[in-house]
Amino acid sequence: MNAVVTDTDDVVVRLENIGLSHDQGRSFILRHVDLEIRRGEFVAVLGPSGVGKSTLLRVIMGLVQPSEGTVSLHASPTAAHRPAAMVFQDAKLMPWRSVRRNVELGLEGLGLTRMQRRDRAMAALELVGLADTAERWPRQLSGGQRQRVGVARALTVEPDLLLMDEPFGALDAITRGALQDELLRIHARRHGTVLFVTHDLDEALILADRIIILEGHPAGLRGDFAVGPRPRDNTAPAMRAMAERMRRLIAGEPDPGADAAYWQASEI
Amino acid sequence: MTPTRSLWIRPLLGAVGLIVLFGAWEASIRLGWVPSGLLPAPSSLGPAWLEEVRSGAWLQAIRDSLTHYVMGLVIGSVLGMLTGLLCGTVPLLDGLLSGVVRVLRPIPGLAWVPFAILWFGLDTAGATFVIAISVFWINFYAAYGAVQAIDPDLYEVAASFGHGGFWARLRTVVIPASAPGVLAGLRTGLGQAWMSVVAAELFGVPGIGARMMQASSLLATDLVVVYMLTMALLYALTDTAFMLVRRRLLGWQG
Repeated sequence: MNAVVTDTDDVVVRLENIGLSHDQGRSFILRHVDLEIRRGEFVAVLGPSGVGKSTLLRVIMGLVQPSEGTVSLHASPTAAHRPAAMVFQDAKLMPWRSVRRNVELGLEGLGLTRMQRRDRAMAALELVGLADTAERWPRQLSGGQRQRVGVARALTVEPDLLLMDEPFGALDAITRGALQDELLRIHARRHGTVLFVTHDLDEALILADRIIILEGHPAGLRGDFAVGPRPRDNTAPAMRAMAERMRRLIAGEPDPGADAAYWQASEI
Repeated sequence: MTPTRSLWIRPLLGAVGLIVLFGAWEASIRLGWVPSGLLPAPSSLGPAWLEEVRSGAWLQAIRDSLTHYVMGLVIGSVLGMLTGLLCGTVPLLDGLLSGVVRVLRPIPGLAWVPFAILWFGLDTAGATFVIAISVFWINFYAAYGAVQAIDPDLYEVAASFGHGGFWARLRTVVIPASAPGVLAGLRTGLGQAWMSVVAAELFGVPGIGARMMQASSLLATDLVVVYMLTMALLYALTDTAFMLVRRRLLGWQG
């Protein structure tokens, strides 16, 4: 686990000069990554496939130790919660646990009684509309339902930071759209902080308040955009211009709208 | 075919097959196709069995063999499973034992009989030892393979939700995820152990195997067949009991 600091600061997670190398510094996957995410923000990390977006998420989660720099996670002082929780690609439920027991996974070891765990898991399943499947096995659910269980499993630990690793990437377009709507609805209710990895520009534009671009070898932040308030018209000229700039940055082309490779969007 | 019909049609077919086999067997002896000295008629098995039961030898042989069976099975399976699980989870141990495994693995349980007699004597401990060894390897490889086949992402899931330590991983991922493979090994061992029981007892440790040897030296082929069928029955009982337990443990597999 990374350094967990409890304070009242508005920043939930702060990355300082993060670098990751698997060969003692001869080559880097990530380099010089600085990032601050504030409470309540919905941030999308956008970049080409294989650039290191998921790796960045794993560094923040503490599953991978960075070779350089520090990650500090600022947890709220609430009891019985976890500072960060992750929604994985393909849900990754444990097939030998019932749906409810899968959701309870992160609640075990938090000092809750069996009944408290059950109640919290059921509340989370209720939130994603799957309370009636609580006693079923994961194999009895559809791909979209499994992914919703994955979301419930992460939400039930009441994380300060919710990390989502291309969670809807493997779903069909209709299911993906439904889950995106549902995620926005839940986000509006919880006011949680979300870091969402995707390689899909449209998905980032639908979901996020802020989009950061990860690109290059080694990968670094190439852009930081504030997306306008909701409801949002993705066909408006300003939005289309912004999307076009993001597209160029992802493709590794120079950004005509900025004087430096890394820049802070003026809207922030 | 409706589900209810397919439920009983297979056992029924199995029973029909058995009846045909015994019928053909009986007929071939009555019709004189097979000399009765070479093969006992099924109809002679009942009386031979009753006599064996009355003398108390039948129950005694079963008791002796069951003791060897259960002890060898429990010791061999538990040690095999634990070693397999540990080798699968601890790379250092896996490396250290890889050479030892390669040397010992090809040696069948029966090859250890001389040492079993030397170390333990012609008694329960000797037979248990031989059975345990043959069961050990089956369980070792089943458990080892099952751990190797675990989706590595599940470790990451467990770690993300606060189960990152060695014991937590063992409890939340390794044991439940490897259970189907481990239980498959246990079931194979359940059958293998009966074979080893007979083999181990053929050398003189009292039990079903020893009784079969005595009977065959007296050319009492009907008694040999009675004990063969006894073993088949005991195997069927243990396997059925095991499958009932397995179904409860692995309901999630459906």
